[in-house]
Amino acid sequence: MSVTVGSGGKADVEVLDSRGLWQPVDGLLLEVDELQVEFRTRDGVAKAINGVSFELHEGETLAILGESGSGKSVTAQAIMGILDSPPGFITGGEVRYCGKNILALPDEDRRRVRGPEISMVFQDALSALNPVFSVGWQIAEMFRKHRGMNKSDSQAQAIRLMQRVQIPGAAQRVKAYPHQFSGGMRQRIMIAMAIALDPAVLIADEPTTALDVTVQAQIMQLLAELQQEGRMGLILITHDLGVVADVADRIAVMYAGRIVEQADAFELYAQPGHPYTKGLLDSIPRLDQKGETLSAIGGLPPNLMSIPPGCPFNPRCHYAHDICRVDPPPPLREVARHRLAACHFSELLLTHSPELEVTQTTEEVEAHLELGLDSPVVAGLDQATQAEQGGEPL
Amino acid sequence: MSTSVRQEVVLKAEDLVKHYPIKAGVLRRTVGHVKAVDGVSFELYKGETLGIVGESGCGKSTLGRMLMRLEEPTGGKLTFDGVDVYSQKGADMRRLRRDIQIVFQDPYTSLNPRKTVGDIVGEPFDIHTDVVPKRGRRQRVQELLELVGLNPEHINRYPHQFSGGQRQRIGIARGVALHPKVIICDEPVSALDVSVQAQVVNLLERLQRELGLAYIFIAHDLSVVRHISDRVGVMYLGKLVELGDEDQIYSRPTHPYTQALLSAVPLPDPTMRHMREQIVLTGDVPSPANPPQACRFHTRCWKAQEICSIDEPLLIERPDGESAHLSACHFAEPRVIL
Repeated sequence: MSVTVGSGGKADVEVLDSRGLWQPVDGLLLEVDELQVEFRTRDGVAKAINGVSFELHEGETLAILGESGSGKSVTAQAIMGILDSPPGFITGGEVRYCGKNILALPDEDRRRVRGPEISMVFQDALSALNPVFSVGWQIAEMFRKHRGMNKSDSQAQAIRLMQRVQIPGAAQRVKAYPHQFSGGMRQRIMIAMAIALDPAVLIADEPTTALDVTVQAQIMQLLAELQQEGRMGLILITHDLGVVADVADRIAVMYAGRIVEQADAFELYAQPGHPYTKGLLDSIPRLDQKGETLSAIGGLPPNLMSIPPGCPFNPRCHYAHDICRVDPPPPLREVARHRLAACHFSELLLTHSPELEVTQTTEEVEAHLELGLDSPVVAGLDQATQAEQGGEPL
Repeated sequence: MSTSVRQEVVLKAEDLVKHYPIKAGVLRRTVGHVKAVDGVSFELYKGETLGIVGESGCGKSTLGRMLMRLEEPTGGKLTFDGVDVYSQKGADMRRLRRDIQIVFQDPYTSLNPRKTVGDIVGEPFDIHTDVVPKRGRRQRVQELLELVGLNPEHINRYPHQFSGGQRQRIGIARGVALHPKVIICDEPVSALDVSVQAQVVNLLERLQRELGLAYIFIAHDLSVVRHISDRVGVMYLGKLVELGDEDQIYSRPTHPYTQALLSAVPLPDPTMRHMREQIVLTGDVPSPANPPQACRFHTRCWKAQEICSIDEPLLIERPDGESAHLSACHFAEPRVIL
């Protein structure tokens, strides 16, 4: 790992030092093991993550796919160690980076991981960047804090990075402020900050959600190039089935704080092994469905304060049987070669077995949820917290 | 559905223009104009869906608001059922508004948090008092809630007690309350989760069938627009650059911008990853305050030649291989993208 640091001896030594400390074992960078996170609020405990496990290898792109409230962003925050606490608490599990549980590290050591080793790109660049400092100053901060560089050296580094993320006229624009850039350019600046210290793992949390498709294509291309250059492990968090199909090697689908399916991207799209994944894929408008009703998943994602008993997806599932409502949530298990799914009926789903009967249609799910029950969102919450939660589900 | 039978025109836009002044200095003098919408013409037929796509800042939402007359035009003419919309005043304008309604993008901010669902959906009846007698209102609101798939008993609840998808249903119930002929849907599903989007799209399609509505469907999600639209218009920097049947736009696009836009859409199928060529445009959309001369796309276009910066290409029928549809490019040529 050659890091060209402009300022000479001291910094170079430090770079080598930190690399020596963190060496991936057999290409395995990150292991998340049975991670559990909950949010303790006035009105109860929201279980945002309920036992999430996955691995990330060098040069790999793992997509974490899920709807809002599925826990995908919270997973990223827990890995980065930037979870708001309180109300968020990690109640179980480990996050091992290069074999070492980083959740147990003291704050000081944790800071040496965050940035140089594991880094993150946020969704909304305008609110993630500080409006009162120039972008160059903000990028250069990485070098001042972590590498101990002085002002002019770190600024030179900032210009180099802005060039690397293809910002035109980097040298002139290094002193410009975030509001002077377009959305796509701001996202590039965020990426420049994230890759400043050549991290081994980059977590991109909905990096293109706020952008237009033509700009999205540019940003995804940039991320792919950067990843190939540095053999970086990339965790891409998104809800966009199109983006995932374009770039992911492996996909983990999250629902109600659990990974419900994990598989190779090609296999997952060819044949989903969990009814939720199948529902998501079926709900995309396809060419041959023009003028027909889309097959929607009925109902809503569950309220994390009262996740339904049994499999959390059972109220919306077309194949739910009694076992799904009564038994504890099915664990994520190997259902085919290199494929994990958390459903009692995955094998039947994968083989299109006729034994797998549809037990309820979308209309029945809708009718049940809309008319029979209270809206799942309101159950057990008082009005004040609902208003707070209105815009941004946990 | 089929465009071979030209149906009745309900809404006709002719050369619509909306410029916003830019003011600066102590005297707040006008130093320029943001040309949000700059000469847009189209016709909307009865019961059809016209999709409008384009990137943010291209003027599609401003266009939507102009069609509602929420924005006064800088120029142009809008005709609804033969009536000139922009010359109507007072009671006549109010009567006209019954026929053109809007559903907004963000179901979190477009509903008043202090009002109950009954008040929100019933508010159109406060303004148009002759539509439903006061005594029948509550019942009518409940019918509307049922129509959009909400529990009529929830009439006394507040918006925050509903999820995003349900809130959008409330917005739609309010939109159809006065039996409009046209509904402007301004990004109605973009704020919703994937699994909920399909529910709302299905609802809009069902209402169109049952109530004979015509939709202007403004969105940036090209696959949803393709699914719901009969015809599609593509906007770039305040102008329509291409307009045609859904099939013409998606299968045989002739304008380079449409081609780039379509090729940038990630397809939810990994096997297509290296099968298709992606046109990655450089740079961002130029500022509408100072749009490029002549063809506005020429600064980002790979086909651009000298003529493109001198002579503005008109939106006229140009051959697309099988037939011809409206396209504003000197070098219009069909290209298979999807």
